[in-house]
Amino acid sequence: MTAGVHKAIEAVWRIESARIIGALARWVRDVGRAEELAQQALVTALEKWPETGIPDNPGAWLLATAKNRAIDEGRRKHMLDRKHQQLGDEAAAAEQAVPDLAAALDDEVGDDELRLMLIACHPVLSTEGRVALTLRLLGGLTTEEIARAFLVPEPTIAQRIVRAKRTLTEARVPFELPRGPDLTARLSSVLEVIYLIFNEGYAATRGDDWMRPGLVDDALRLGRILAERVADAAEVHGLVALMELQASRMRARLGPAGEPILLLDQDRARWDQLLIRRGLAALARAEALAAPSGVYTLQAAIAACHARARTAAATDWVRIVALYDALVEVTRSPVVELNRAVAVGMAFGPAAGLEIVDALIEEDVLRGYHLLPSVRGDLLVKLGRRDEARAELERAAFLAKNQRERDLLLARVRSLG
Amino acid sequence: MRFMMLMIPRGYETAAPGTMPPADAVEKMMKYNESLQQAGVLLALDGLHPPSMGARVSFQGGKPTVVDGPFAEAKEVVGGYWMIQVKSREEAIEWARRCPAGDNEVIEIRQVQDFDDFPDDVKAVLGPPS
Repeated sequence: MTAGVHKAIEAVWRIESARIIGALARWVRDVGRAEELAQQALVTALEKWPETGIPDNPGAWLLATAKNRAIDEGRRKHMLDRKHQQLGDEAAAAEQAVPDLAAALDDEVGDDELRLMLIACHPVLSTEGRVALTLRLLGGLTTEEIARAFLVPEPTIAQRIVRAKRTLTEARVPFELPRGPDLTARLSSVLEVIYLIFNEGYAATRGDDWMRPGLVDDALRLGRILAERVADAAEVHGLVALMELQASRMRARLGPAGEPILLLDQDRARWDQLLIRRGLAALARAEALAAPSGVYTLQAAIAACHARARTAAATDWVRIVALYDALVEVTRSPVVELNRAVAVGMAFGPAAGLEIVDALIEEDVLRGYHLLPSVRGDLLVKLGRRDEARAELERAAFLAKNQRERDLLLARVRSLG
Repeated sequence: MRFMMLMIPRGYETAAPGTMPPADAVEKMMKYNESLQQAGVLLALDGLHPPSMGARVSFQGGKPTVVDGPFAEAKEVVGGYWMIQVKSREEAIEWARRCPAGDNEVIEIRQVQDFDDFPDDVKAVLGPPS
């Protein structure tokens, strides 16, 4: 019975926590403090609800409890400070700031959550801090869940969160919503964090498993929430499109023994048509909002070429090359150039692809990156240069950090005899 | 995990062709749908015309037989659905609880089958290419 209520409370928390923390943060002007108050309200709920049942409006209950606690603490502090009343009456000010609870939670524009997202991904924070704080504040994940998802010890995540909250307080990060170009710049940091979470789930850089679907779902949810809050930001829809399209292939990406199956070898009947449809709709929205397309929209457009092709052979590689041309222009990234080489190899033959790869060998960024020898090895196989190919694929396997990926590369080496 | 929330309006089994919910009910429901969307959990939703506009195909004796609606024997029929993506059965229930549904309506929550839910022999049939 109690276990059932606890799970129900967890569900309420997942649905309500971001709105509650967002509303509290708007009020106390400190994200760390807001999160503590919300957590304390959750603890109270865990004590009371198993007996009283879950209230009709659990979000308002949690917010009211958190608010009352803040006011009590303010009063207590005020009593101590009575001799220094000229310094300000914190409790009274606090009470005035939130005259109406319902109105406080009634944030129809959804600005509270957007503001919270922008702060959790604030540039003053380390990338690791941004990821942990975003999952904690917006994703409703516990420290333990975040730790498990990233395969790091729980105290490490706890420390990252504490440090991030302290940094925000010390830096006195303004709580107002940025506008115009400032908003665009801050959004790009949010997009980066969401895509990082997605990728850690979609192609885990560490550990034995190639995918961790929980993180993929968390990232998708965050992206969808963001797209609702800033409906006119093209790249937000571009990122959502990219994630929906990539996630649509998850069921087809793993073989029976958990081994990765590469895109062109996948059974397309197992691609998730619902996610493809959502992805294509988001892409259309992104393309209608901005021209030329940004990096996420371009990548989504590439993913869409695959999603639209009924068979691997039907892929429009020439269009994919054109999209990669645009992407290289925007990013100037050797990693993107490497991907372009793959597309060129498919569209215009392996020799043309190899020419591009060979020009990349000296790039510092790609030193130690397993996909460089992996792509080169593939192209050499197609050109019938098997000995060179074997050496490249062995090198790629040596460099790959993910066990499943390494196994796949070694299997390819063996298949060359 | 994915859940389908099936809306079952009592009386819909005998509703005349073209029956639609009243405007105020639609307005409330739109707000609810929007809250699902805003929370990033909504994947798809649709409303269904009443069974009097539909048909049933049964397969007794191994061959299909078609009967036009309404269906005299039907006690409960689906009026619409939401497909949501959530972390637990409890979260799906919590979303259903928030629906501004009427006295005569019931929401049934059903988890969508996932590849990993199937036994090995079924997985082999569904399985990826070797």
